[in-house]
Amino acid sequence: MKSYLFFVLRRLAQLIAVIFAGVTAAFFIAHLSPVSPVESIIGRVSGQSSYSPEAVEALRQTLTELFGLDVPLHEQYFNFLGRLIVGDLGPSLIAFPTPAMRIVALALPWTLGLMVVQILIAWFIGNIFGGLAGYYQNSRSLKAVGVVAIAIQPIPYYIVAFLIVIVFGYLWPVLPISGGFAMNVRPSFTPEFIFSVLHHALLPTLALVISGIGTWFLGMRALVSNVVTEDYVTYAELAGVDQRRIVTSYVIRNAMVPQLTALAMALGLIFSGTVITEQVFAYPGLGSLLVRAVNGGDSAVVLAVSCVAVIAVATAIFIIDMIHPLLDPRVKAE
Amino acid sequence: MFSVFRDLIRYNLEFAIGVVLVTVVLIFAGLSFVSPVDPITIYAAIPDMPPSAQYWFGTNSRGQDLFWQMTFALRNTLTFGLTVALISRVIAIAVGLAAGYLGGWVDRVLMFFCDIFVAIPIFPILILFYFVLRSDMNTMNLALIMASFGWPFDARLIRSVAVGLRHREFTRHAVFAGMSAPKIMLEEHLPYVMPIIFSTAMANMIWSIGLEVTLAVLGFTNLNIPTIGTAIYWANNHSAMIVGVWWWILIPVIIVVLLFIGLFLLAVSLNEYIDPRSRLRRMGA
Repeated sequence: MKSYLFFVLRRLAQLIAVIFAGVTAAFFIAHLSPVSPVESIIGRVSGQSSYSPEAVEALRQTLTELFGLDVPLHEQYFNFLGRLIVGDLGPSLIAFPTPAMRIVALALPWTLGLMVVQILIAWFIGNIFGGLAGYYQNSRSLKAVGVVAIAIQPIPYYIVAFLIVIVFGYLWPVLPISGGFAMNVRPSFTPEFIFSVLHHALLPTLALVISGIGTWFLGMRALVSNVVTEDYVTYAELAGVDQRRIVTSYVIRNAMVPQLTALAMALGLIFSGTVITEQVFAYPGLGSLLVRAVNGGDSAVVLAVSCVAVIAVATAIFIIDMIHPLLDPRVKAE
Repeated sequence: MFSVFRDLIRYNLEFAIGVVLVTVVLIFAGLSFVSPVDPITIYAAIPDMPPSAQYWFGTNSRGQDLFWQMTFALRNTLTFGLTVALISRVIAIAVGLAAGYLGGWVDRVLMFFCDIFVAIPIFPILILFYFVLRSDMNTMNLALIMASFGWPFDARLIRSVAVGLRHREFTRHAVFAGMSAPKIMLEEHLPYVMPIIFSTAMANMIWSIGLEVTLAVLGFTNLNIPTIGTAIYWANNHSAMIVGVWWWILIPVIIVVLLFIGLFLLAVSLNEYIDPRSRLRRMGA
């Protein structure tokens, strides 16, 4: 128990370091931008009607203060860290004056939902079939699945999503290809709304699962085909242990642990993939928001999305790492 | 080296297919050097012509011959992928070998940075860079940014091999013979990790080209440079699917998928070659 506590503390320190490094990088990249949010707003306001130079100057001062740009860069950085802890990253530009964090908070559940469902489906199905394919190496149908997995695995998220839109949008239009829910449904906890959300989530999830499942299938097959040659498997076979039991609790279970580490390592990439796929399906998550914010020149929202992404991914990796020693007692000993 | 290649082709169907696919793609990209068409010129051909004997891949709505356009796009995309792979390999080798051989606090510090880089989601960061750089987001800048994110997985892999090499007899001999640490790493240990470097380079190219295509399709790179991604971007921009110019989208997608499958098969079969157990099983020994 004590060693587990030590493990948790060490990983916690790492989590904080990752978040700190990520948001610091995001802040300094964002503040190299030549696009000034203050001048953009002034440009938009004075484009609608003309104001006296004094009024514009007063507006400029107020806005500079509002965005916290009236102090040197290092002080801005410390202010930024302080405000990030309380979850305030200033007003957004695309929906001025709604706080950027509020817009991000509205988009986050969509992305998280898509991502969690996608991982659960792709990871479990991929691992189970991969495990079977690694154990029954002479099965024709599992070999065929392997060929399909090899063909699909390297295709990037965007292309898969795009092909699905073409198939279901132009060739066989049966499922909705854009949006998070039907336009005539009011967002609330009614069966109608929930059905609409699930209905619209089908294709994005399908795209993500298709592009994610191959990795897990091939990884698990390779792992299992190594585990199968271990002595304890041969021994169990000779001792007449039920074959189904060997596959599930002897082989797949042992090979599952490295796959969990692989999941933690790949999480940043999976998150990026989810964000990309959302854009194709016009799903109301972080991805669409990010693209909209970039096109609108909204540095507050872009920065907020980046920070939230770093924090969310790092926390998820931390949680997976916490499960790890519970499955594999050897990790604790290290 | 040649006998390894021959064995792989003979016993490993995946490797053979991968070699064929990548060779075809390379030859196609190489055709850009003898192209009669300038890739920047628009309305040089009749727009919206379907694939025919004159225009093998058809022409697009911007009046460009897609066949020659694609050769340039593929060349730029491949150059980008190779640049990223090359730079990130150098970082991965340096970090991996140093962490593995030197061990101790060097190892801990380097792996700490490694873990940080692994955990940062790259896509929002790339968008952030585009947000700042705008039209300066050209192939070279993007390659530099991607390379600085593409090394940590592979550095870890190289380290794990280098840790094992450190305790081998020959390393001790080299130390006693007075070889310096950098020399041991480069001359004694590097050859052992070369297969890993080749196979991870392929995987790295898939990763970087995939992200480049995605960024370009969203319009977040310099759109005047012909790449596979910008080709799809312009097709979307002219609503190629709705207008019925399906070949404008289909052809770049097919090319990029063939490239990915080729690279992936090479990476997988090289990986298998590295592991002697699976190699023996395949050769039926």
